[in-house]
Amino acid sequence: MTRKQRRMTIIGGSLAVLALAAGLVLNALRDSIVFFSTPTMVAEKHVAPGKRFRLGGLVQPGSLQRGDNLAVTFEVADGNAKLPVAYKGILPDLFREGQGVVAEGALDANGVFKADTVLAKHDETYMPKDVADALKKQGHWKDDYEAKPAATTAQGNPQGAVR
Amino acid sequence: MIAESGHYALVLALALALIQSVVPLIGARLRDAALMNVARSTALAQLLFVGASFVALVMLHVNSDFSVANVYENSHSMKPLLYKITGVWGNHEGSMLLWVSILALFGGLVAAFGNNLPMSLRAHVLAVQAWIASAFYLFILVTSNPFLRIASPPIEGRDLNPVLQDIGLAVHPPMLYLGYVGFSISFSFAIAALMEGRIDAAWARWVRPWTLMAWIFLTLGIAMGSYWAYYELGWGGWWFWDPVENASLMPWLAGTALLHSALVMEKRNALKVWTILLSILTFSLSLLGTFLVRSGVITSVHAFATDPTRGVFILLILCLFIGGSLSLFAGRATSLKQGGLFAPISREGALVLNNLLLTVACAVVLFGTLYPLAMEMLADFKMSVGAPFYNLTFAPLFALLLLAVPFGPMLAWKRGDLLGVTQRLLAAGVAGLVAVAIAWGWATGGSTLAPLAIGLGVFVIGGAVTDIVERTGLVRLPFATVLHRARGLPRSAWGTAFAHAGLGVALIGIVCETTWNSEYIATMKQSEVAHIAGYDVKLDGLFQRQGPNYREMIAEFNVSRDGETLSVMTPSKRSFTTRGSSTTEAALLTRGASQLYISLGDATAEGAIAVRIYHKPLVLLIWWGPVLMAFGGVLSLSDRRLRVGAPKPARAKPRLQPAE
Repeated sequence: MTRKQRRMTIIGGSLAVLALAAGLVLNALRDSIVFFSTPTMVAEKHVAPGKRFRLGGLVQPGSLQRGDNLAVTFEVADGNAKLPVAYKGILPDLFREGQGVVAEGALDANGVFKADTVLAKHDETYMPKDVADALKKQGHWKDDYEAKPAATTAQGNPQGAVR
Repeated sequence: MIAESGHYALVLALALALIQSVVPLIGARLRDAALMNVARSTALAQLLFVGASFVALVMLHVNSDFSVANVYENSHSMKPLLYKITGVWGNHEGSMLLWVSILALFGGLVAAFGNNLPMSLRAHVLAVQAWIASAFYLFILVTSNPFLRIASPPIEGRDLNPVLQDIGLAVHPPMLYLGYVGFSISFSFAIAALMEGRIDAAWARWVRPWTLMAWIFLTLGIAMGSYWAYYELGWGGWWFWDPVENASLMPWLAGTALLHSALVMEKRNALKVWTILLSILTFSLSLLGTFLVRSGVITSVHAFATDPTRGVFILLILCLFIGGSLSLFAGRATSLKQGGLFAPISREGALVLNNLLLTVACAVVLFGTLYPLAMEMLADFKMSVGAPFYNLTFAPLFALLLLAVPFGPMLAWKRGDLLGVTQRLLAAGVAGLVAVAIAWGWATGGSTLAPLAIGLGVFVIGGAVTDIVERTGLVRLPFATVLHRARGLPRSAWGTAFAHAGLGVALIGIVCETTWNSEYIATMKQSEVAHIAGYDVKLDGLFQRQGPNYREMIAEFNVSRDGETLSVMTPSKRSFTTRGSSTTEAALLTRGASQLYISLGDATAEGAIAVRIYHKPLVLLIWWGPVLMAFGGVLSLSDRRLRVGAPKPARAKPRLQPAE
C-alpha cells in the first residue's frame, strides 16, 4: 500500500465513523428529546395526549391529595393556568406545596398529566431553574422566593421535619 | 486574622504566578538558565502560598468563625468535624480554592520532579501553568473571594446543604479535581511544544505519566461520584446523564484517547499533531466542565448559588485559553514533522480506531450537553436531552469500541495480522457466545440486547485474559517458565489487561442493573412483609433519634431468605432543622456483587410508611470496573519505562537532542 492509499484508508474510516455518529444523533433527536412546558404553554399549544414532556411550575397550595397505595394528585400552577397531575410513587424529599416542581410524563385523554417521574433535582433555593426562568418570563416571579428558605430558617420552622 | 492572612497569601500567589508567567519565557528566549530556573522556585513558592490560603480557609471552617461569609453560609457549629472540613469545598468559593490549590500542586510537582526535563521545556511548561493559575487566582479574588467578612457576625451559621453532609464529599471533589486539573499538565506540555516548535517521542514519554495520573484520579472520581449519587439521592440511580456528569465524562473520554495516542507517539513517533490537539482538547473540556458547573447555566444537583458575573468571567477564561491554544495549534501544527508509517491493520491502526471512536463518542456527549443550552438561547424553548438520547447514540459507538478492544493489544506494531489475532481470540469469542446463550436462557424479560451486551462484556474480559495468557505462554509452556515470563512482563502489559477487563466488568454490571433490577414501592405497616427477588423484608418498627445537627426517623427492617434471617437494615430520613430540609439515607445490604436497597418516603398518619425497595443484581460491578481500570493505570504508572523521573538521559549532552 502506498502512503497515499494508507492515508485515504484512515480518512475514509474516520468519515465513516463520523457519518455513523451523525446518523445516530439525527435519529435520536427525532424522538428522544423532551420539551419543557408550563401549564400556560400547555393550555395555549394544545399538546396532544400521549406526547411526553416536562411540566414545570409551582405546586398549588392545598391541592395535594394522597390516595391509596402511594397514588398522589396535585395541581401545578404558574399564575395563569393550572394543570392537574397524577403520580404514583414516592415524592422527592424537597416536594412541598407552594414550591417549584418539575414532572415528566404525558397528558391522558381527560387532560390530566400522568407523571412517571417527579424530579428530585433541586438547588439550594428550592426552585428548579427551569421553573424560575419560566415564571420570570411570565412576570410571576416574586423576589421573596429566593429569600424564603432563609426566612423559614430564621423562624426555625420545622417544615418537613416531622413527616 | 486568619481570614486576612489567607486572603493575603492568595494575593501573593497571584503575584508569584504573574512572575512565573513571564520571566521563564524571557529566560528561554535569552537562553539564560538563571531566569529559566525562576519558574521552579516560583512554582514551589506558589504551592506554599496557595496551600497556606487553603489551610486558612479550613481553619476558619473548623473554628466556625461565622464572621466570614463563606463559613456563615455553609457551616454550623454543631456540624461534625469531618463535614466542617469537607464543607470547605462544598460551596462555590471553597471549591474554586481547591481547584487552584490542586493546580499549584501539579505545578509544584513538575517543578520538583521535572529534573529530567530539558530546561527550556520545563520553563515553558511552568510558564503556561502559571497563565492558567493567574487567570483562576484573578477569578477567585475578583468574583468569588472566600475570605470576605460580614460586618455584624451572626452567632450561628446556615449549615451545609444536607445532601452534601456525607463522606462522599470528602473524596469525590478532590479526586475529580486531581483528574480535571491534572490534565492541565499535558495541556501545558502541548503548548510548550508548540511554542518551542519541537516535539518528539521523548515528549510523549514525559507527558504520559502525568496524563495517566490525572486519568486514574478522574476515573476514580467519576466512579466515586456515581456511587455517592446512588446511595445518597435515594433513587437507586447511578448515572443521570446530567450536564455536570457529562462535564466530567467528556475529559475522561478525551483523556483516555490521549493516553492511547501518546502511546503511538512514544513507540512509533507517529500521530504527533493529533496527540498535541488531544492534549489541548482534553484540558479545554475540563475548563468547559468548570464553566458549566460554576457559571450556573445548567440546572443540576451540583449547581451552587449562581452569579452572572462569575459565568461571564469563566467564559472569558474559557475563550481565552481554548481560542488561544487552538490558534497557536493552527499556526504551528503544520511545522511539526510527521513520522512513522503504518498499515491500517496494525497496533497503530487499532489505536487510531480507538481514538476515533472515543473522540466521536465524546463529541456526541458534548452535543447532547450543549444542544439544549443552544436551543434555549437561540430558539427560546426549553428541552432536556436525557438517557434515551444517549442510549441511541453513545451506546452503539461504545459497543463498537468494546468490540475492537480485545484486538488492539494483540495486533503487532506497523503491520498486524487480523486473521491470526481473530484465531487467537477464538476462546474469548466462544466464552462471549456461551455467556449470551446462558443469559438468554436464564433471563426473564428485559431487552433482547441485554444478553448480547453481556456477551460483549465477557468477550472483552476474555480478550484481556487471552492477551496475558499468550504473553506468558500459559498452557503451552511449563509452569516455572510461565511464572518467570509473567514476572518479566512489563507492568504496562498487566496494566492494559486490567484496564480493559475493567471495561468489560463495568459493562456487565451496567447491563444487569438496568435490565434485571426489581423494585417494590408501597406503604408498609409494622410487621408487614415485602417479597422481592427471593428476599423477605419485614418492617420491624419505626423510631426516632437525635443526631448532631438533625433529627432522624429510622425504620428497622428484618431481611430474610428462605426463613433464614440475614441482616437488619435501617434506612432513615433525616430532617435538618437549620435549613428546614430533609435527606433520605438509604440502607444497603451487599450480597456478593448484588445489593438490596431500601429508602424511605413519607410516613402516613396511621403509622405506616412509604418504602422503596430495590434488588439490584451485580450492581457493584459498575464500580468495580472503574476500580480495576484505575488499578491497571497504577500498574502502568509503576512501569519502569514511565516512572516519573526514571529515564535519565546521558549526562554529557550539554543541549537537548534536536527533534527529528
